[in-house]
Amino acid sequence: MKLVEAIIKPFKLDEVKDALLEIGVQGMTVTEVKGFGRQKGHKETYRGTEYTIEFVPKVKIEVAVTDAQVPKVLETITRAAKTGSIGDGKIFVRDLSAAVRIRTGEAGESAL
Amino acid sequence: MVSTVAWKQTAGLASMVGLVLWSTAAWAQEAVPTATGGIDSGDTAWMLAASALVTAMIIPGLALFYGGMVRSKNVLGTMMHSFLVLCVVSVVWALWGYSLAFAPDKGGVIGGLDWILLSGVGAAPHPVYAPTVPHVSFMIFQLLFAAFTPALIVGAFAERIRFSALVGFIVAWSMFVYAPLAHWMWGGGWLSRLGAVDFAGGTVVHLSAGASALACALVLGRRRGWRTDYMAPHNLPFVLVGTGLLWFGWFGFNGGSARGANGVAAGAIAATHLAAAASALAWMVIEWSHRGKPTVLGVASGAVAGMASVTAGAGFVGPMSAALLGATAGVLAYLAIVWKGKFGYDDTLDVVGLHGVGGFVGMLGVGLLASTSVNPAGPNGLLFGNSGQLGIQAVAVGVAVVFAFVGTYLILKVLDGMIELRVSPEEEATGLDLSQHNERAYS
Repeated sequence: MKLVEAIIKPFKLDEVKDALLEIGVQGMTVTEVKGFGRQKGHKETYRGTEYTIEFVPKVKIEVAVTDAQVPKVLETITRAAKTGSIGDGKIFVRDLSAAVRIRTGEAGESAL
Repeated sequence: MVSTVAWKQTAGLASMVGLVLWSTAAWAQEAVPTATGGIDSGDTAWMLAASALVTAMIIPGLALFYGGMVRSKNVLGTMMHSFLVLCVVSVVWALWGYSLAFAPDKGGVIGGLDWILLSGVGAAPHPVYAPTVPHVSFMIFQLLFAAFTPALIVGAFAERIRFSALVGFIVAWSMFVYAPLAHWMWGGGWLSRLGAVDFAGGTVVHLSAGASALACALVLGRRRGWRTDYMAPHNLPFVLVGTGLLWFGWFGFNGGSARGANGVAAGAIAATHLAAAASALAWMVIEWSHRGKPTVLGVASGAVAGMASVTAGAGFVGPMSAALLGATAGVLAYLAIVWKGKFGYDDTLDVVGLHGVGGFVGMLGVGLLASTSVNPAGPNGLLFGNSGQLGIQAVAVGVAVVFAFVGTYLILKVLDGMIELRVSPEEEATGLDLSQHNERAYS
């Protein structure tokens, strides 16, 4: 099992969610986060004085999937979240050692 | 006469303060032009004050009314629309707008270029438009009407218009839609010759804003997330304060349209006030019974619809007729906004529902309720024995709606071929404040 974490532009959330539902992902966790990558924030100007806002608002999506689903999930998020301009975000994948569905006590892949 | 009074007052001050002001008094005496024969100081004072009142309707009145209704990421962009419209239209009006609307008539259609750059528009009164005030004070009063109208329209495409597109739209709209319509109704054009009357802008201001707003909503399309995202007003206190300033300024808008400080002006203010109050109450009652609660946004919207409805006839109908008009507009505007949902267009801040419906009720209301006992210079309506006026008013309504809708639609289509009308999806999600202006309202 893998945990896929995608940091994306907030306005792309709906498109990514719909695309993931289409390929059979059944749930996700979404968090509003702030951060920067190579984009290095944006600038605001007040009477000629520039302020650099380093931390840009982003959305983090977390999806727990089976190993077999990972390539499809990565391809789907990349396609749906892409604008082609700077600041589109990143995807991280990590190993998931256990999963439990609280209501039934199921464990492992059947809990996903 | 005027110069003597000014001289005496200033001279009185000078005797207290000193010789510096004495010299000012001497200057004032010389500077008063000789062509001020018919000028009445009371009328002039009222027209100048009325112009200031109408300015307050745009900024901060409409800026707050609209700014409070959008989401917090768009409040600066929306308030900027009101501010920008005032600035752009003011310059356009002085360059050629006033001339197109009010200069000597060309075939009943347009005003021509005689007064371009305000040449010939000075202290001497215009014998027809306003014979007792300086011509330039009539010009500035009309300028504010020309600015107020497109400032209403921007509510239709709030939260998604590209700023550069807005500037182009306002210049074109005030030239191709507002100026002809104002000429037809107020500049000696063909609608006024037909006998149609519009005291302060039922057709020229409110119906034209409503019809243009509909075209804007159709061409621009819905906002992203319409009906799925939470799009409630971000600051209802702003909306209420803005409504208060609109109400306050409307006394100048309608009262000043009497073009003097007289009984018609007083009647127009009484009519405006009662229509606003009756319409707010009517909206409240129908909303209370329909949805279970009387809301703040409801009474504010009702008051604005009521004032829009009394604008066409403020100087032609009595105060109780005005209250009736207001109550009718409050109910119809509420129904229009409920029905809007079924049509699926996104007139974001309900310009059609408030101003389109208000202008419609008001113009037909004149045909029914106008009375020469209120204003001998106006017509009688159907209920006062003149069956012909209602039909003429209906013609004016139809003309204003079709002309404003088609004109706006064409302007937007042409602009659309030149520049992007809407902000990009990402900019729209970020909000107009940051994407268009690099600023935010609340940090």
